[in-house]
Amino acid sequence: MPNFIDRRLNPKDKSLGNRRRFLKRAKEELKQVIKERVKSGRIADLDAQHSVPMPDQDTSEPSFQHSRGTGQREHVLPGNREFSPGDRIPKPGSGGSANEGGAGTGGSDDDFQFVLSREEVLDLFFEDLELPDMVKLSLKEAVTFKPRRAGFATTGSPTNINVGRTMRNSYGRRIALRRPKTAEMEALTHEIAALEAAPNQDAVRDRLEALRQELDALERRRRRIAYVDPVDIRFNRFEPQPLPNANAVMFCLMDVSSSMGEREKDLAKRFFVLLHLFLKRRYERIDIVFIRHTHEAGEVDEETFFYSTQSGGTVVSTALEEMRRIIQARYPSQEWNIYAAQASDGDNIAGDSERCASLLHGELMQLCQYYAYVEIIDERETEIFGATDNGTSLWRAYRTVEDKWPNFQMTRIARPSDIYPVFRKLFARQPTMQMSR
Amino acid sequence: MGERASKLLFESSDWNFDKISRAYDAIEGIAVEDLHLDTYPNQLEIISSEQMLDAYSSIGMPLMYQHWSFGKRFVFEEHLYRKGHRGLAYELVINSNPCITYLMEENTMAIQALVTAHAAFGHNHFFKNNYLFRQWTDAGAILSYMDFAKKYVARCEERYGLPAVEAILDSAHALMEQGVFRYRRPPRLSSEKERERARERLEYEEQTYSDLWRTLPKSGGEGGADAADEASERRRKLNLPEENLLYFLEKTSIVLEPWQRELLRIVRVVAQYFYPQRQTKVMNEGCATFVHYTIMNKLFDQERISEGAMLEILQSHSNVVFQPAFDDPRYPGLNPYALGFALMQDIQRICTEPTAEDRDWFPDIAGNGDWRDTLLDAWANHRDESFILQYLSPTLMRKFRLFLLADKASNSYLEVASIHNERGYENVRAALARSYDVSANQPNIQVVDVDLLGDRHLRLQHNVKNGILLDESTRDATLRHVRHLWGYDVSLIGVDAETGATLYECSTAATDG
Repeated sequence: MPNFIDRRLNPKDKSLGNRRRFLKRAKEELKQVIKERVKSGRIADLDAQHSVPMPDQDTSEPSFQHSRGTGQREHVLPGNREFSPGDRIPKPGSGGSANEGGAGTGGSDDDFQFVLSREEVLDLFFEDLELPDMVKLSLKEAVTFKPRRAGFATTGSPTNINVGRTMRNSYGRRIALRRPKTAEMEALTHEIAALEAAPNQDAVRDRLEALRQELDALERRRRRIAYVDPVDIRFNRFEPQPLPNANAVMFCLMDVSSSMGEREKDLAKRFFVLLHLFLKRRYERIDIVFIRHTHEAGEVDEETFFYSTQSGGTVVSTALEEMRRIIQARYPSQEWNIYAAQASDGDNIAGDSERCASLLHGELMQLCQYYAYVEIIDERETEIFGATDNGTSLWRAYRTVEDKWPNFQMTRIARPSDIYPVFRKLFARQPTMQMSR
Repeated sequence: MGERASKLLFESSDWNFDKISRAYDAIEGIAVEDLHLDTYPNQLEIISSEQMLDAYSSIGMPLMYQHWSFGKRFVFEEHLYRKGHRGLAYELVINSNPCITYLMEENTMAIQALVTAHAAFGHNHFFKNNYLFRQWTDAGAILSYMDFAKKYVARCEERYGLPAVEAILDSAHALMEQGVFRYRRPPRLSSEKERERARERLEYEEQTYSDLWRTLPKSGGEGGADAADEASERRRKLNLPEENLLYFLEKTSIVLEPWQRELLRIVRVVAQYFYPQRQTKVMNEGCATFVHYTIMNKLFDQERISEGAMLEILQSHSNVVFQPAFDDPRYPGLNPYALGFALMQDIQRICTEPTAEDRDWFPDIAGNGDWRDTLLDAWANHRDESFILQYLSPTLMRKFRLFLLADKASNSYLEVASIHNERGYENVRAALARSYDVSANQPNIQVVDVDLLGDRHLRLQHNVKNGILLDESTRDATLRHVRHLWGYDVSLIGVDAETGATLYECSTAATDG
């Protein structure tokens, strides 16, 4: 008799520590991969598992190996059919001889991918955004559920038995099956008792006999038909209900004229991704609307938004008008939380900036929960501009909006780590917004 | 009918612990009484596929210290498994006492019986009786040692930080193949005896001291001889040349802290523990496959396994011993299961029904009728190399249609040197045996000299066999790891084993620039 051990229920993820060490080791390379994904993928796709190629720098394990192309070797192979000693066979193509076992695994290295979980992806994404830990945690947090009563079920735990419903079923069944009532039985018992006390006559004896039989039959019937049967029992059923979130729509506005280069678009995209992650945490359903503009604006799909350029001047107000039109057509503000993020390099045609400001003052800011404007500048310019009010006409015009509307946020960013401050106010405002719900 | 049904060990394909236990008892009966196997007590553990992947990535140990390379192996194995490139093993067996066998929960009952016979008796017997395992591994202590190793590494990580520990382990892993003793060495003198001897030597020098010698002028030639003497003396003191690089670094390196030495020792012990397994792959699998095949057939003959289950067992058996020919796209190399199993069956045949040829080749065992003892003896006293050299018969070479290719790097063709005919048998057999000699197929690198009182430059020598050099990029990277552990410059010199000519030289001093 051997010793049996059932290990199947042992804690899982025994290799988790090793995996963590491995990912840490390959961090730089994986980060690069995720960065590329952010660049090339869709905004909403980041927040999921990702397959990534096996990193090869930093994770090589060298050892002394014989080199393939030197010296003399011998190979013993099975399955000779037509060879005799002295025959010559041309060497099989590039590298390696036929019986090196390594060749097989080497070939599949190219498409070798492994899956990073959502948490691991977000960790890598947050890495150089310099988010405080608390914020990272709350962004990674999955949707919380709250159990909510939803009808009845025939199975469940005893604590969830619904007594009212169970007794109602039991009552119906008892009536249907004609289970003798207690009162009925008591009446019979009384009658029997009364007759037993009465003088002993034949008629009385017969009657007594009949009554006793009747009582006996009732007794048996009563025993057969349970008062509460397992089929009667109903349990309260609970359904996990995502905590109340309304719908949100996120407008991404971007200047796509030729002055916005690769770097500017990449920064803008990271900003949009972060905003999307943030909104996703709070709203169950998020629509994203992409509006790009030059001297005229239009709604486009994500692909076009980030990758195709358009020539033309720059009239920012067209984008705002387009946004207003879409809100009126599709996203009534009483049903939708409207968020807007605008990225631009600050260029605008003369005189249009004031129009932008008045558009915002007029209607848009009342519709929007939050409006973020990021101006993407050259790293060298950060020192010149700093926190001053100097800047493009658009910047100065928006300054007046910021003063008036607390839900308007504007900043200049030159590198990824600048993005976070834009979100600070957003997080700070959170408690009051929850109160108002 | 009723009696027949009661004889069956199991009927449906679902397993449970009762059924496995019943099958185990039946298998044990045959293994012990018929095959005379001698095993460690068994411990059967049921695991899930994920746990099997875990075990794979920690090189088959139930306990292992943590290191990123195991995480890398895990995602690699997982990828192959998920993509369907590779199935998981039905079982995994650990050379320990009690002998631990992992059984996969997905297996059917027939497969559970098969792998119990294969692992819990075949491999288990081999582990307990083969001379290499007896000499080099301590089955009783390995689990507690690994437990210690795991905790020790974790403690070091806590105390000295992850990067510091990782750096040492990385370097040690790079030298794992050079971290084993390949041959028995004479027992070391204990330090007490060593001290005693040093004292005697000193006494002798004091007694025979004469100040006159000091006044002799030193001539140049004599000085050179002195230097050579000195070098050989210092090599003798350090027990050089030394083939076990990890051992040498652990004992001699000046820059290592005690805990770093202990880490090197852990890696060295693990490498040494697995060394016998690598040298006996063919025999070990051959033995286990032969045992399961014999036992399962016996159970079937006794009508204790149904025909359906037997078919399943045979199907899985023939998958395991499948050997495609060299030009088949599925050809992965010689299948150790196929070769091992064929060798064992062939020995059985030679013992019981020898041909005239067998009597010529194997006068000792041909027709002795006692295949059981012959096999038990072979399993106990050989490793792959010597086993093949001893027992590969012409019949088997013809059956596998083995042929020998000579491969010279400078030629654009391969030449068929010998085939399975009268003139070729000896050559093919010797070449096949050589190809299973692990120590001959790994780079032979030794520590040859170091002047601890001088520049402490560590000199390694690669004894080049058949002109096979080292791959340069991994060589230089590995040398940097040696330098990391040694703390001073390291150089490697490639010397042709036959002519003694120097083929190449490289040094970390040069690569560091």
